[in-house]
Amino acid sequence: MVEHTINATHAVVTLDVALPGIIWGWMITLNMWAKSIGTGVVFVAAYLFFRHRKEAMPNLRWAMPVISFVALNVFLLFTLVDLHQPYRMINIFLHPHWTSAITVGAWMASLFTLLITILMVIGLADQFTEYFKRGCRVAPVKSLMSFAGKNSGTYEKILPFVVFLAVPVTAYTAIIMAESSARELWQAPTEVMQMIWAALMAGSAALIMVSGSWSQEARKDLALILSIAVFFSFAMYMGEYFFSFKSAEAEATLAYVHAGGEYNVEFWFGMVLGFIAPFFLATSTMKNDNVTLLRFAAILALVGLYLAKDVWLKIPQMLPLS
Amino acid sequence: MKLGFLVDLNLCMGCKGCEVACKVENDVPLSSWRLRVKYIDIGTFPDTSRSFTPLRCNHCENAPCERICPVSALHYLENGIVNVDSERCIGCAGCMMACPYGAIYMDPETNTADKCTYCAHRIESGMMPACVVVCPVEANIFGDVEDDHSHISQYIMAHQGGVQVRKPEKHTDPKHYYVGGGTYTLDPLAHQRLEGHNLFNNITHLKHNGDPHHGVLDRFLAPFTSHGTHDNKSFMNFDNTHEQEGGH
Repeated sequence: MVEHTINATHAVVTLDVALPGIIWGWMITLNMWAKSIGTGVVFVAAYLFFRHRKEAMPNLRWAMPVISFVALNVFLLFTLVDLHQPYRMINIFLHPHWTSAITVGAWMASLFTLLITILMVIGLADQFTEYFKRGCRVAPVKSLMSFAGKNSGTYEKILPFVVFLAVPVTAYTAIIMAESSARELWQAPTEVMQMIWAALMAGSAALIMVSGSWSQEARKDLALILSIAVFFSFAMYMGEYFFSFKSAEAEATLAYVHAGGEYNVEFWFGMVLGFIAPFFLATSTMKNDNVTLLRFAAILALVGLYLAKDVWLKIPQMLPLS
Repeated sequence: MKLGFLVDLNLCMGCKGCEVACKVENDVPLSSWRLRVKYIDIGTFPDTSRSFTPLRCNHCENAPCERICPVSALHYLENGIVNVDSERCIGCAGCMMACPYGAIYMDPETNTADKCTYCAHRIESGMMPACVVVCPVEANIFGDVEDDHSHISQYIMAHQGGVQVRKPEKHTDPKHYYVGGGTYTLDPLAHQRLEGHNLFNNITHLKHNGDPHHGVLDRFLAPFTSHGTHDNKSFMNFDNTHEQEGGH
């Protein structure tokens, strides 16, 4: 056929060097996933504090900062571990470059973690007053908890700032991705919203795990948040996957995955497991309160979110840049 | 002063002399390249031709790598060169994600990002970059693009309409120009990678340490272990399965 003789369609690379394909791998996926939990629980808890009496969620005041603290430390740990020169992380604080979203994010995440730590200490001091007064034998911990207990009101004063700060801490990864101009799939304004939905999804899922003693109404709210978050997140993934604005490179990336290329299975597995199934499971528990089913939905959502983030992180990195 | 490069692809004969000179001049480790020459075959037999495209850092005026670097390890010199301070680099690989030209690599020996610096150390001493000196056909033209009388400026003027840059749509304002190139040589989406070199790389992951026998903990222990004990042989055994599977 004549079109096969057109030179432009028959340009073939016959010699080139080989370079590693995927540069940001599973550690960055885990980093983003953990951050979603760390900030998401703050958003969801703030809403629940606003909507319900504290007695309806007896452990939320201390469980929220504890979950967030653990997740943020996983996030920070893998941020550090992913660096090829981990000890030089300090350079971000000694020689900050403020045009970099990595720098701004590191500073904000550090401040956020500090504030969450304060909330956690106060929350634990209030919850386990007797233990820290009589049972605890470590003097510095005892005095710290005593001090925290005396300043219990600080929790409510700090919380609004923590909620406010959680927004940029959630979204800055999208700005890092936007600055990663070699990966056109990430150059989409939808990434910011995708981060926010992921946080709501992960935050509600994480809190569902500790909501066994909560009132039915509070748990119903959690199920509703999870349902809404997975629905809109799924809708955005589908929009981006099938018919979003696409640059040439993003188009090529998605066309490859559409055609059954690498990560196609993981993507759909993540969509069904983490978005479609939890949506139906969570909505079904809103009428008939079923803690076990809701927890199952939460676990699926967390697993599915990891898979979806993993695919979205890796696929644009498969495209040769030159 | 704004230093720039121009490669006349009509002259380049793919001898890879520039690639070797760069390796030697800058001690570029195995499995890494600051400058490479890609061969592309065009047409169908018997009407075929082969083109050679030297690829290196574009020293963009609006460099995404400089913008994303969290510690200013990548920075501009006064002469327009985008330089790397490997002592400051934290190895986050953000620059590798930002560079649309795939020009930055993670040095497996220092575990820091590195790339072509237009041989900044030679420029400082009044010398030309190693790849320019070694080119037998003077296909590499280097100089001040802000000086109307420089060779590169004259060359650009003489070839107006035929001067191209890679990925102009990225608005990086590269200071690396090509004459005699076409979409098929400069656009990675316009050529195929057959025999395993298909459009997409097979899944390979960047090793955090070039030595596959080193794990995560080794990065933390590295400052306490001597570089002298580095087993260079293991770099020779670096997992190169991706060579058959595809590269950038």
